[in-house]
Amino acid sequence: MPDATGLELIAQELRAAEGAGPQAATGSPVTDTIFFRGRGTLMIEPERVRAVLARLRERGYRFLCSVHGVDHHPHEPRLGVVYELLDMARVDRITVKVLLHGDEPEIDSVYPDGEDGPGWPTADHQEREVYDMFGVVFRGHPDLRRILMPEDYEGHPLRRDFPVGGEPVTFTFNERSASGTGA
Amino acid sequence: MRREPLAQDAGGADQRRLLVSQLNSRQLLRGSELHGINQPAHLRAAELEGDELERYVHERVLTTSLDKAVAWARSNSFFPLAFGLACCAMEQFHAAGPRMDIARFGYEAFRASPRQADLIILAGRVSIKMAPIIRRLYDQMLEPKWAVSMGACCSSMGVFNNYALVPADKFLPIDVYVPGCPPRPEGLMHGILKLRKMVQDDPDLGWRERYQARGTEEILPEPHGGPPGAADIASPEGDTPEGDTPGA
Repeated sequence: MPDATGLELIAQELRAAEGAGPQAATGSPVTDTIFFRGRGTLMIEPERVRAVLARLRERGYRFLCSVHGVDHHPHEPRLGVVYELLDMARVDRITVKVLLHGDEPEIDSVYPDGEDGPGWPTADHQEREVYDMFGVVFRGHPDLRRILMPEDYEGHPLRRDFPVGGEPVTFTFNERSASGTGA
Repeated sequence: MRREPLAQDAGGADQRRLLVSQLNSRQLLRGSELHGINQPAHLRAAELEGDELERYVHERVLTTSLDKAVAWARSNSFFPLAFGLACCAMEQFHAAGPRMDIARFGYEAFRASPRQADLIILAGRVSIKMAPIIRRLYDQMLEPKWAVSMGACCSSMGVFNNYALVPADKFLPIDVYVPGCPPRPEGLMHGILKLRKMVQDDPDLGWRERYQARGTEEILPEPHGGPPGAADIASPEGDTPEGDTPGA
């Protein structure tokens, strides 16, 4: 783990590198840094995710361990995508987090290779899972479809406003009120 | 099932005595009235003669005793499908293992193909995505067939009562529910023995009766004198092979 100082150094480096690049007009990609319980997190702009991950790869974080979603409902921005990076030589980890507005958010996929550098092969199934469970659409993903739920399933079940679902169970104390169809 | 006539000339005295004694012993064993006959069976049967007697014996003795024998044989050699869904499957394996040894009862032949099995044990949670596959396996199984729902998840979705699962009896006729999370192997064995008792005592208490599904049986082609409709299916002798004479 980078310590708090190391995290700030990485953030400074990203700001300097990306701020001078072709996207300099859009400002810094890093909006915030969080250091909590020994874990460093970079909050970044959604449009810059591929560039930031490419920079971090140059720094040695060459393995994308995990891509997962998060739902902050009812707060806005609501949905988020979290990228966990690992430097296997130094056994060093860093977290990159993106917050997305709206109910049908889109973000660039980091899976395919592009003009801005190679992609991250591990992101293939994990982006599909985030799409399945949270409904985040990954632009540029070549095969973005559901991975866990059936193809014809409606909704994204891990969103916090999605009903838990399930069957009402009949016990002795509620067999009169919950028998058959339940409730 | 085709049954040969018991005796060609039922008029012989020896033959008749034999039939009546068979009937009487059968009635004694059953110990109760049969088919709504209120009189003692030996009095009633003794009045019959010839073809009537033969039909009587056919209808009452041979069919019932043969069906009972078939039910007894079936219930003592279920062929379970080797099929596990989750942690309950571990207990299912254990039931087949040396300590519990379900082979004592004759259920050790776990089949890898549904076409060789007649009992499916749903051991674990059934997801919505898995349900059509299980239904397809069940449809491929031989008839008569039975289904055991093992564990809380499969019966009532248990601790996984959420958006992803479906209880088994929503898409499958279940004969025995085994409670537990997971049930111990003894529990599964108890459930299967309950099923054995059910098959032996009430062979007609299958899912077709409970779901009013009479008439959905598979039609088996018979070479001679089959039911109407069976002739459409290619006979085993291959009298009219459809591939050779498509126009005929």
